Amino acid sequence: MLELRKLSQWYGDHAVLSDLTLKVPDGELLCVVGPSGCGKSTLLRTIAGLLPAAEGEVTIDGTPVTGVPDGLAVVFQDYGRSLFPWLSVRENVALPLRRRGLPRAERRAEAERILDRVGLSGAARRHPWQLSGGMQQRVAIARALVCRPSLLLMDEPFGSLDAQTREDLEDLLLQVHRNDDTTIVFVTHDIDESVYLGDRVIALSPGPGSRVVLDLPVRLPGERDQIGTRGLPEFVELRAEVGRTVRTPADPSGLSGPPGA
Amino acid sequence: MLRVRVRVRQDFLLGVAGVLLAFAICEVVSRAGIVRRTYLPPASEVLARAVELAGDSAFLDGVGATLRAWALGLGLACAIAVPVGLLLGSVPVVDAASRAVVEFLRPLPSVALIPLVSLLLGSGTETEVVLVMYASVWPILFNTVYGLGETESLAKDTLRAFGFGRLAVLLRVELPATAPFIAAGVRISAAVALILAVATEILAGFGEGLGIFIAQAGLATDGTRDVLAGVVWAGALGLVVNAVLVRIERGLFPWTPEHRERKR
Repeated sequence: MLELRKLSQWYGDHAVLSDLTLKVPDGELLCVVGPSGCGKSTLLRTIAGLLPAAEGEVTIDGTPVTGVPDGLAVVFQDYGRSLFPWLSVRENVALPLRRRGLPRAERRAEAERILDRVGLSGAARRHPWQLSGGMQQRVAIARALVCRPSLLLMDEPFGSLDAQTREDLEDLLLQVHRNDDTTIVFVTHDIDESVYLGDRVIALSPGPGSRVVLDLPVRLPGERDQIGTRGLPEFVELRAEVGRTVRTPADPSGLSGPPGA
Repeated sequence: MLRVRVRVRQDFLLGVAGVLLAFAICEVVSRAGIVRRTYLPPASEVLARAVELAGDSAFLDGVGATLRAWALGLGLACAIAVPVGLLLGSVPVVDAASRAVVEFLRPLPSVALIPLVSLLLGSGTETEVVLVMYASVWPILFNTVYGLGETESLAKDTLRAFGFGRLAVLLRVELPATAPFIAAGVRISAAVALILAVATEILAGFGEGLGIFIAQAGLATDGTRDVLAGVVWAGALGLVVNAVLVRIERGLFPWTPEHRERKR
């Protein structure tokens, strides 16, 4: 169980997150939506232990997060900058396994296995900069999955991909989630995507001082598909509900606040 | 790709044309008697002499001595500048503490230190190596610090998020990301080092080396041709060293934007 208690973050004297409280049960796929600048990335970086909490605390199974927690993996939006260009695709994917002290041959085998799973077995010896954007993001996902993380954080991972690639990767993520029972916190600004992927969707208010303004369980069939699910009346209704919350800010004065963060 | 190739070829042809033109001007100026022949011998004679020197074993020994001092000084500079650069670039306190000293030493022209160092170490190989090293340290040092500053913070965060510590981030992300900058610094230093090696020898005036050859030819009557032939050798060495280093960089760092196109 991942828990955030009265978490606040500041950027200078400008509040990014204020008094955020949230519980994520094990194995849940939680989608976080909100307008740009509402502190979604700050939230993820705090959970990842990359940014210490200014006030309040983050706990995993009751233990406060002070550094990067064990069993964590992160996928950033900007795959181009988060993959290591001097390593081959396979070396990139195998890198996290070094921390577990696996021998070279085993690291290699594990990397091959996971690359096969994301449909990239043919590209293992190539370098990230020789691949298309969609393939690069697949590599980043493979690298995140190779350690079988118990907590996977994703920061708008499909934001800069074309529609087709994006749908493929969404389904890949759902499949991984079903098979591995990983807890996933998935940040996106795409309302459709949040409802399609999430077991639950939360919306943050626009900054400064973002709070949770909507907490919505997604009661859709577990088995989802791009055409059928998106056509369900329940899907349309959920999407409208999230959309209304995100588009009409709870605190209109927030709109005059400084952008960014 | 085809367009790139055509452009490279065009650049090459223009370069050849430029060399031929400069050569022709030198030749004509001398042969037409605009400048006295003893001051500026025709380019063809200088070139012929330079080629002739390739068969002169005493001269080649001298070039070898210069190159040894050059390589030793440059190697020592790398061994000093890269670790110090990594330290300065990753520990802000050390950087702040050493900034004043570094900024004082950096603008000192290395050539101006030749008399001082000669006085301290005598005018032998030690002086030459020390000066070459001193001059070569700066470009490598500054490129290392700059490269560290340019390292993608997202790449560092990625490795940290996988649970790696500070040292692993330095060795696995910052160092490889900075390597192309360090290599470019070494290439700049290689040219500076050659200048210092030859200049130190010229000022010392005796011993063994390309600079010594030039200095002694300058004292001989009608030595201009030999002086210029020595200069041609110095220039050619610089050119070859640069070309070799560029090629090595291309092989080692195919991911950098300027090399990426040709490998895709």
